[in-house]
Amino acid sequence: MPPLEEMPVSSAAPVPDLDTSASQARDVAYSVPIDQVDPAQPELFRQNDMWWNFERLRKEDPVHLSEGGEFGRYWSITKYNDIMAVDTDHQTFSSEPGIALVREEDKNRESEFTGLSMFIAMDPPKHDIQRKTVTPAVSPANLAVLEPLIRERAAKILDDLPVGEPFDWVDKVSMELTAMTLATLFGMPQEDRRLLTYWSDVVTATPGQGLVGTREEKFGIFRDYHAYFTGLWNERVNSEPTGDLISMLAHDPATRDMSPLEYFGNVILLTVGGNDTTRNTITGSVYALDKWKDQDAKLRANPSLVPSMVSETIRWQTPLAHMKRRATRDVEFRGKQILEGDTVAMWYVSGNRDDEVIERPNDYIIDRARPRQHISFGFGIHRCVGNRLAELQLKVIWEEILRRFPEIVVLEEPKRVYSTFVKGYESMPVLIPRRN
Amino acid sequence: MGRVTYVEYDGTEHAIDVEEGVSVMEGAVRNGVPGIDADCGGMCACATCHVHVAPEWLELTGEPGSQENELLDLAPERDAYSRLSCQIAMSPALDGLIVRLPESQH
Repeated sequence: MPPLEEMPVSSAAPVPDLDTSASQARDVAYSVPIDQVDPAQPELFRQNDMWWNFERLRKEDPVHLSEGGEFGRYWSITKYNDIMAVDTDHQTFSSEPGIALVREEDKNRESEFTGLSMFIAMDPPKHDIQRKTVTPAVSPANLAVLEPLIRERAAKILDDLPVGEPFDWVDKVSMELTAMTLATLFGMPQEDRRLLTYWSDVVTATPGQGLVGTREEKFGIFRDYHAYFTGLWNERVNSEPTGDLISMLAHDPATRDMSPLEYFGNVILLTVGGNDTTRNTITGSVYALDKWKDQDAKLRANPSLVPSMVSETIRWQTPLAHMKRRATRDVEFRGKQILEGDTVAMWYVSGNRDDEVIERPNDYIIDRARPRQHISFGFGIHRCVGNRLAELQLKVIWEEILRRFPEIVVLEEPKRVYSTFVKGYESMPVLIPRRN
Repeated sequence: MGRVTYVEYDGTEHAIDVEEGVSVMEGAVRNGVPGIDADCGGMCACATCHVHVAPEWLELTGEPGSQENELLDLAPERDAYSRLSCQIAMSPALDGLIVRLPESQH
């Protein structure tokens, strides 16, 4: 190992969200032998200090094997083009049986929810069939119907915000808007919407890290969640199609005979995918525009940059940090021998900071030449099905923010989520000093 | 060089001269034709450069490849004339090509 002073220095200039407190974390990341680097450390994600392992891996060992850590043996794919190559080769890199890294202590542990499956964690042809069932919910025609509703709700949420006193942006805005949208898609009563937020958080929560104390407690909450959606299914299946996601699943010949666990798996997928990701990107947009004041000024001077800002935020935030695959055969990949059955993590959060593909990737620049060039939605057949709905919600909330508030001040660092999968925020105190 | 006419969903036409060997997707992106997003940059990894080839040109543009075919399946507006425009390279035989853009890219 070379001494610290000989370590390669970051090619990026200091950026506002990676301030000097991070240099210590960077030193730590560079202080271990490369073969001991293990980027899947939820605590580093909570501290926003995971960047340095990825920076180092992209340079020194872009396809990297970790063993012996919290998540056991897995490969990390850290560069943009390599991620794209894995993501588009579903024959070699299967999504079954799951798409997020699993802790060693949770592997091979049975529960009543063992066997839960969802289409994101299936290969063709079953994946294609189930995905097609839900696609009409996010078709251009349906988004056109949803847009005025989202706008009306966004306006109401923003009009009700306190002015001149601190509040939690995550709770009052990001969670509210995305929960309302998802409740509509599911055809649920609006008063139940925050159950979705809660269940989504429970799904991705690590027991003992705040939200749920134990694995048993988590499964207990799953039971309520499952029962609720079984109730919705029973209502829908016995009535005419209503156009919502549950009705689609209950009536489509491709999905109406699904097992209860397969139905529940797909509900979980649509809950987390349709809620958490957009929620965290909305919060991320407020945070980033507060850190990069020049970009905020640019946006306010030229609101037609909203769509471009939305794409840049989705890249910069990368609301899902990784997706997992399983090698279906022995394969040599970029000089590394990946074995059949090996776990492979595509680190989107790293690919989006790859300076061989994205210029000045640590900087938040709302008018990039190609803002849509990011890997947050994934590529290939599992590419995010709700991407346009996510963009629509972000676009609408920002158009409505710009009409109302000249400034949103982030009062302190947000509390970040303890997860290597969901890259997001638990809370973020802000202050709106005045209205337009 | 060959002429490609891109017809937007609302009917607006853009006639563009595209160099030989350059993809129909790039011809649109380089010339600012709206309605082709090309999120993956031409790697046949998404379906956001989806076009409907005018029926009379279908034979010359050919069939989608297998990966292209899987990705086109992600597009809700897929039909028998659907192609990913990043997978159609301009050639003299395609001079005069007409492609129609879908309502949105997915």
